[in-house]
Amino acid sequence: MAVIDLANPTRFLRLVTRVLPWLAAVTLIAFAIGLMQAVNAPDDYQQGATVKIMYLHVPAAWLGMMGWVVMSAAALGTLVWRHPLADVAGKAAAPIGAAFTFICLVTGSLWGRPTWGTYWVWDARLTSMLVLLLLYLGVMALYWTAEDPGRGSRAAAVLTLVGALNLPIIKFSVDWWNTLHQPASIFRAGGPTIAPSLLYPLLGMAIAFTLLFVTLHLAAMRNEILRRRVRTMRLMQAQSLAEAHA
Amino acid sequence: MTGFTALLVRDMRLAVRVGGGALMGALFFLIVVTMMPFAVGPDLKLLALLGPAILWLGALLASLLALDRLFTVDHEDGSLDILMMSKMPLELAIAGKGVAHWLTTGLPLVIISPVLGLMLNVEPKAMGAVALTLLAGTPALTFIGLIGAALSVALRRGGLLLAVLVLPLTIPVLIFGVSAANAAIIGPAPFGPPFTILCALSMISLVVGPFAAAAALRFGLE
Repeated sequence: MAVIDLANPTRFLRLVTRVLPWLAAVTLIAFAIGLMQAVNAPDDYQQGATVKIMYLHVPAAWLGMMGWVVMSAAALGTLVWRHPLADVAGKAAAPIGAAFTFICLVTGSLWGRPTWGTYWVWDARLTSMLVLLLLYLGVMALYWTAEDPGRGSRAAAVLTLVGALNLPIIKFSVDWWNTLHQPASIFRAGGPTIAPSLLYPLLGMAIAFTLLFVTLHLAAMRNEILRRRVRTMRLMQAQSLAEAHA
Repeated sequence: MTGFTALLVRDMRLAVRVGGGALMGALFFLIVVTMMPFAVGPDLKLLALLGPAILWLGALLASLLALDRLFTVDHEDGSLDILMMSKMPLELAIAGKGVAHWLTTGLPLVIISPVLGLMLNVEPKAMGAVALTLLAGTPALTFIGLIGAALSVALRRGGLLLAVLVLPLTIPVLIFGVSAANAAIIGPAPFGPPFTILCALSMISLVVGPFAAAAALRFGLE
């Protein structure tokens, strides 16, 4: 089967139904291995066991950003090829990316309490992740308010691409703003130089999180296709009822 | 008269005549600045310190609220369809509307900002710096806002959705605008770098804004 055949939603659904249980199983195994590695990893000499938050925090941050990359690719598919599956991929990725960004912010905040002594600081990285979350919520609000799924997807695709252009500028300006207002020394103290004993569990968890993202994304795409079919069927039913009464 | 200038003149006429909201933004700006001392207290020293930030936030909100009706009115009376079908590229037409909108709502904000600065006890020299940063930065706010206005007319939704979509994108403008103003007032950082970055942001949005807004209108209204 060629890749192009997958563009057909029915073929895509068939493939997803076949692949999803295996993918979920692989994700579970990857998490088991990753978590075991993370538990066995040595504590940081300064931070103690709290350094283990990193194994959730850092992969969540990576995937929060990857979510926008997936959405941007889908947005190109929507605007250039007008492909319905690209619409579905973009819409399905938004809440997942937002969730990973939120996990990153929450774990960062919980990590900040013992290391920096406060739940929230206007650190450059925290701030730009917060802005990323706001942009995700904006895109979700756009999908949410659109009556017609196709129209909503095209509007969200334009916003996604504008956001992709704007995110590096936001990142740069927040970094600039932070170095102007606060010395960076406080935040340097928390970061241990990554030793291999800490790095391998981190990579293991990153693989597990990526698999989780792919699994959730495929499942969400399947749900969205089915949801759209239900919507079309309801509309057709309402139409036939209206015709019967006329 | 070319199509571009004709559109520019038409939009400016509509804005200043009955039913247009040209000075409403400036009035809103005045009200926001008046509310601020009630929230933070009448201490003149504190107000002078917060002055540039208050003026920038007020200008940001005022130019955002004025955007809501930018395409909606044209969409309702059908002139937006004529614009989309005309020979002039839609991007150029939108740029013309953006320029007219800035001249009628952005520029008044810049002009009245020194008077509002007096109320906030900002020094005359510092006030010049704030007005200059507003002059350089408000075009960026208008042209980023164009995208949100186009998206909200395409979805037939306005109001809060527009603010939710546009405000995160304006964060860099706010950061560099306030930094440049503060650099001129309290130092020690130089005024030049943030101000030139602010100008660059305005120029980028001058290019990106009309293209993205045109794409949103084309894909949304077909």
